[in-house]
Amino acid sequence: MKIKNLKDLEELKIKGLESLYPKRTKINVGLGTCGIATGARAVFDSIADEIEKQGIDALVGKTGCLGFCQREPLVDVWQPGKSRIIYCQMDPEKARDLVTGLAQGKTRKEWALCRMEEEEFIIENTKKKYSIKEKDGKDIPLYREIPFYRKQKKIALRNCGFMNPENIEEYIARGGYFSLARVLSRLKEEEVIEEIKNSGLRGRGGAGFPTGLKWKFCRDARGEPKYIICNADEGDPGAYMDRSILEGDPHSVLEGMVIGAYAIGSHEGYIYVRNEYPLAAQSVERAIRQAEEYGLLGENIFNSGFNFRIRISQGAGAFVCGEETALLASIEGKIGEPRPRPPFPAERGLWDKPTNINNVKTWANVPVIIARGADWYSKMGTAKSKGTMVFSLVGKINNTGLVEVPMGIKLREMIYDIGEGIPEGKKFKAVQTGGPSGGCIPSELADLEVDYEKLTQAGSMMGSGGMVVMDEDTCMVNVAKYFLNFTKDESCGKCTPCREGIKRMLEILDDISKGKAKETDLELLETLARVVKDASLCALGGTAPNPVLTTLRYFRNEYEAHIKDKKCPAHICPDLIHYSIDKEKCTGCGLCLKECPQTAISGEKKKPHSIDKSKCIKCGVCFEVCNFDAVEID
Amino acid sequence: MLNLTIDGKKVSVEKGTTVLHAARKLGIEIPTLCYHEGVSPYGACRVCLVEVVKGIKTGLTTSCTCLAEEGMEVKSDSPRVLESRKLMVELLLARCPEAEKVKDLARKMGIEGVRFKREDKECILCGLCVRVCQEIIEASVIGFINRGANREVETPFQAQSDVCIGCGACSSVCPTEAIKIKEMFDKRILETWHTELELKSCKICGRYFVPKKELEHLKEKIELPEDIFEICTDCKRKSLTGKIGEIKTGAI
Repeated sequence: MKIKNLKDLEELKIKGLESLYPKRTKINVGLGTCGIATGARAVFDSIADEIEKQGIDALVGKTGCLGFCQREPLVDVWQPGKSRIIYCQMDPEKARDLVTGLAQGKTRKEWALCRMEEEEFIIENTKKKYSIKEKDGKDIPLYREIPFYRKQKKIALRNCGFMNPENIEEYIARGGYFSLARVLSRLKEEEVIEEIKNSGLRGRGGAGFPTGLKWKFCRDARGEPKYIICNADEGDPGAYMDRSILEGDPHSVLEGMVIGAYAIGSHEGYIYVRNEYPLAAQSVERAIRQAEEYGLLGENIFNSGFNFRIRISQGAGAFVCGEETALLASIEGKIGEPRPRPPFPAERGLWDKPTNINNVKTWANVPVIIARGADWYSKMGTAKSKGTMVFSLVGKINNTGLVEVPMGIKLREMIYDIGEGIPEGKKFKAVQTGGPSGGCIPSELADLEVDYEKLTQAGSMMGSGGMVVMDEDTCMVNVAKYFLNFTKDESCGKCTPCREGIKRMLEILDDISKGKAKETDLELLETLARVVKDASLCALGGTAPNPVLTTLRYFRNEYEAHIKDKKCPAHICPDLIHYSIDKEKCTGCGLCLKECPQTAISGEKKKPHSIDKSKCIKCGVCFEVCNFDAVEID
Repeated sequence: MLNLTIDGKKVSVEKGTTVLHAARKLGIEIPTLCYHEGVSPYGACRVCLVEVVKGIKTGLTTSCTCLAEEGMEVKSDSPRVLESRKLMVELLLARCPEAEKVKDLARKMGIEGVRFKREDKECILCGLCVRVCQEIIEASVIGFINRGANREVETPFQAQSDVCIGCGACSSVCPTEAIKIKEMFDKRILETWHTELELKSCKICGRYFVPKKELEHLKEKIELPEDIFEICTDCKRKSLTGKIGEIKTGAI
């Protein structure tokens, strides 16, 4: 059916609500890539199988990712009249037990992550309160109360994990496409741009350019046709929020794009999604088809006379294609290489026509801003960074996952409150924000309020929102080496500083980590980093030195220890560490001797053993297997 | 006309002029490696960097790609510019220690030694050959393969090209003599492109003088009497001077 007016949309909303909150039990399984990776498909199958086998009157549904990736597979159980309970770390066996229990009216509290008594529909500013007749699971903490979710404010991630991404009616039920209806029926193009401008929304791809202004440039640019692009070429190691949105809530991106297209005057759009995201591409493709079927995309949208089509373009897997000019080249079928700007894409973009490119998260924010207004949105965040930001909290942290928080949250809150600290009680050392192009921020700056400006001042950047937490066992030279190795491989190789400079920086870092570097090398490394940042053609080379520059700025002593003392303080760089056995502690159990792959350990049974340093390859096996802490590293 | 200042000197140029050309108009020399007037600018070698002042912000940009704007202020000799250019050349010299043009540039810039491990490559990846082949010859025989530090100019699949006409424009535009072409009797061998092409012999002297494929390519592009394509340049000259001689002696 084609939706022609608000009445049609309201009717679908009712259908969607019935699907979201049916009159019988519904078991939802999070089937995002992260869920699938931990076995959610098998969980889904076993639930479906068990329901059928036992002839239970229950539905089984799929949702996207709820963000708490570490606790996947997540399963949420909706039962009319009861609290909604989210179970975590499920497996097929537990899932069968759960279904059997449900049939007998049992709650498996021991597997529960949290429970919900209401849901926030942020776009409508309403709370959907469940009509709970039977209070059970009171000792299960509420969703809003558990540390991982307590400080979160979900705008871009509003629907992820709460609805079936394959069901457009569920999206409509949660307030979807009402913003588009309002825009097309009541707002002028300029008014839309003005609203986005006033909201203070900035590009969530990392550079943070004001979105409204970008739209205005493209609208004012001469040339037809104009193109709209969604940049879903998310390539930072450890960042996956764009994927999660495309998988879990593709319509939010489509709706944002149609609104943007209307404001800019475009009738053709592309979603550029990387090849490594097959599920996301499928999800978007399905969503496009559905939206077209319902008249929310394509010809005469909402019977308004406005036309807009979206196509999918898949990249071949190059990090540099996230850079907008390289992305454009890739869509055009050319090698994905950046070109100098100006001219900016707003002026000369895809096929030399005015083009507006925004990140997945930016688009997903748009419908909410239209619905709730610029004033509401701009009240969140800091002076220049408004709204929320999605971070992927990963690395040495207890709670890993996708986190959406208001801009201005302190790093400390991210790490200790949401992330609940560092595993094994280790010390927090640094956090890399902004992916390989970002920088390492030391623990001393834990009170830094996270926004575009503050991160840049600290030598890092917002980037796409990656947050890799490191503990005391991390060698900062090694970290810089890791990220530079990535950018070395992902540099397109077009310009001299990025291609040759990163390679040379990496050579110096390698020397440092092997204890072969001279003191003057540190100066050369710094000069190289500074010039590569300054002289590169695009943002890849322009930001690649950040890990080096920030680790030099905050952890210079560690570099010096490698160079002058030939020591790796974190005991990571193999060339600079030595294993030895403490004769006092060694019981002569022989375990290390047995496990050493080099037969470098010798000693009689029940007498202290020793390591032959000339044979030792520093694999660390002896250290790991010793039950008496007798193996030492220096 | 647009008015801008470069190193404090005022210059007026037409719209669409690059900063590089504006500087040349003032007699300010900006070194280049990947720039050639005959093909589109590329901005890759970064040797022609200049500093453009925009309000309180200044940024480095390549003068070969940057178009002049009204009121633009450019610095071509600031310490920041010179330091960056010098490092670019040092990086290229470390890559291609034997490339004369790079060595020359290094000498002019006062680069005394290379602080990086030396490689023994010949190609600086300026991309002139790729652009000439694509934009001027319209054959697109070669392109870039691989990424980052592994980038190279190559034919597709590093195999013999079936579209190369053997014109050698790539080799003549190459600033570092990295493209090897030789002739052996009736063949032109483009070693770098794994390609051998048959030569045509001159109708008059019998000498092999041009790849057959190049002639076919030219015939398609330019309409000239068939004979022109059959005779080598030497014989053409001889026949022409003969004719001039005849005119002078009154034979014609």
